[in-house]
Amino acid sequence: MRSPNGAPVAVVSAAVQKYADTPGGLLPLLHEIQADLGCVPKDSVALIAKGMGLSRAEIHGVISFYHDFHYQPRGQKTIHLCRAEACQAMGSRKLEAHVKSRLGIEYGGTTPDGRFSLEPVYCLGNCACSPSIRIGDDVFARVDADRFDELLDGF
Amino acid sequence: MVRIFIPADTTACALGADAIAAEVSLQAQNRGLDIAIIRNGSRGAFWLEPLVEIEADGSRYCYGPVNPGDVAGLFDAGFPGLFDHALFLGQATDIEWLARQDRLTFGRAGLIDPLSLDDYKQYGGYEGLDKALDMSPAEIVEAVTDSGLRGRGGAAFPTGIKWRTVLNAPADQKYVTANADEGDSGTFADRLLMEADPYQLIEGMTICAMAVGATEGYIYLRSEYPKALVVLSQVIATAEDANLLGDNILGSGRDFHIHIRVGAGAYICGEETSMLESLEGKRGLVRFKPPLPAIEGLFGKPTVVNNVLTLAAVSTVLAKGAAHYQEYGSGRSRGTLSVQLAGNIRRGGLVEVPFGASLRELVEDFGGGTASGRPVRAIQVGGPLGAYLPESQWDTPLDYEAFSEVGAMLGHGGIVVFDDSVDMLEQARFAMEFCAVESCGKCTPCRIGSVRGVEIIDKIGRNENGPANLELLEELCETLDSGSLCAMGGLTPMPVRSAVKYFPEDFEGSIANGFLR
Repeated sequence: MRSPNGAPVAVVSAAVQKYADTPGGLLPLLHEIQADLGCVPKDSVALIAKGMGLSRAEIHGVISFYHDFHYQPRGQKTIHLCRAEACQAMGSRKLEAHVKSRLGIEYGGTTPDGRFSLEPVYCLGNCACSPSIRIGDDVFARVDADRFDELLDGF
Repeated sequence: MVRIFIPADTTACALGADAIAAEVSLQAQNRGLDIAIIRNGSRGAFWLEPLVEIEADGSRYCYGPVNPGDVAGLFDAGFPGLFDHALFLGQATDIEWLARQDRLTFGRAGLIDPLSLDDYKQYGGYEGLDKALDMSPAEIVEAVTDSGLRGRGGAAFPTGIKWRTVLNAPADQKYVTANADEGDSGTFADRLLMEADPYQLIEGMTICAMAVGATEGYIYLRSEYPKALVVLSQVIATAEDANLLGDNILGSGRDFHIHIRVGAGAYICGEETSMLESLEGKRGLVRFKPPLPAIEGLFGKPTVVNNVLTLAAVSTVLAKGAAHYQEYGSGRSRGTLSVQLAGNIRRGGLVEVPFGASLRELVEDFGGGTASGRPVRAIQVGGPLGAYLPESQWDTPLDYEAFSEVGAMLGHGGIVVFDDSVDMLEQARFAMEFCAVESCGKCTPCRIGSVRGVEIIDKIGRNENGPANLELLEELCETLDSGSLCAMGGLTPMPVRSAVKYFPEDFEGSIANGFLR
């Protein structure tokens, strides 16, 4: 939260205030912080813990348990590539190799220009038209190497 | 004014439906045509998506699959009139793939505007709740029990018995939770329902609340379904405005509120006790049972945990009667099964049929074989924890007990087809890898065993001491099977063992097969 204008602190405090009395409010709280700040800043854990009446270990435990939450900001767009069986049956292993080589990153990585991050996902619910990827909130169907390149060039 | 229906469903949009809607709007404007575009849900015939429909003489006529680039040409040829065209499919009811289904749960999907409460009511929506409000809680539970409805999430537990347990549990607070954490690969029925006919879930949850005496409900929705989140949020607000949710529902003196909670990308949270932990804002660690969630569930209170399709089916059971629902099905599997045809399949999508149809019928008759045109080699039924079945098993009827007898499971009804290019050792390896990635970590066999499983399968793949490692793999499967708390560790052996059992030639090592893995 080392921000010159202190905005992240304000975001975290506001979110904590909003969810402090919500039963089981920690997940929505973390989602909201991440939506606003692009990540859950590591140094916000103490503030969240205090506001929610939990220990820092508990907050870290939750953040580290779920694939969606992360301490470091991601690229401008996150590309989720489906690794699950229906997509495998339609060639997603080949697509996976292409995507990694095209972006020059592995899962969990971000391109040096900060535009794209790559994450695995296990099913996007688009299994009748595999392979599937999700870029931001948009899902794309029947993606092969050419289609992926076309999509990437469109951004 | 001509009404044109273009789905806003995830798959339809993944195939360009938004671009088509924009292009249709532009073309109509340029040509001075008076049209209204309705963003319906999908009928689930995903092989025909994007499916564009026109309303004429009270019927719906279909064009599909339409590409954004086809739109201008369609208008040139006379769209939105009806005319002979390569993409013209006739009336929706003429599409045999759809007409052959028994749609009890998905009858409205694709037909209505999912956000329109009027549309929902026009096609029988809220008839179930109307009846439930005139019944005692015990009578509602009895109707659900009599219908034979079993949990559609995979475990197939009798719904009526679960509800009765919650009804009879004394407590100051009870909960209804909808498990919308549809994580199984090859499944999309929950998503389709939530995007195409979301009030049905709301109605089913409300009926459940009336039956068990709950006043608060939660929908645990996976974060991979952003469109469903938007739709559900809107319909809950509309239902609240119409007094179908909230305090004193329709003057009945009973209250019920629904909250949506979004998951955070953890497959294990589809396991009911893990989901409850997650709803409580914790790590999704699986709980010991007992106590059952029906006795001590969310926040320690009696809680119904049902899959989206189970709750949705309840509205039909109440509206049309338990006997009507019970008439469908086979053996102890009553009603309809929402099969999802996925993977390497020519005509993929949602097929709702009574229990009892064979796997072959589904894959060959409805599915039309593989998308690649190559022979089908293996079919995985029931998600990533389900068995891989070879041709000798494809005549097994889709029925919970029949599948159980052959060492498989129906699960949530996902059917993933693989052609003959599949390497079953890779698939077995993935099953272990997936378990290693998604294990909650509570049980050692699941947490560590899955990692060891990947290593052993890699050794088999490298032809290192094959027979001994296959034996070790079987022992490991036995340990996971008998030493895990929940289905994640307990069922990961199912795909692994079935791959080894039915496709042993893929485990003979790289040298034997003449290629490098």
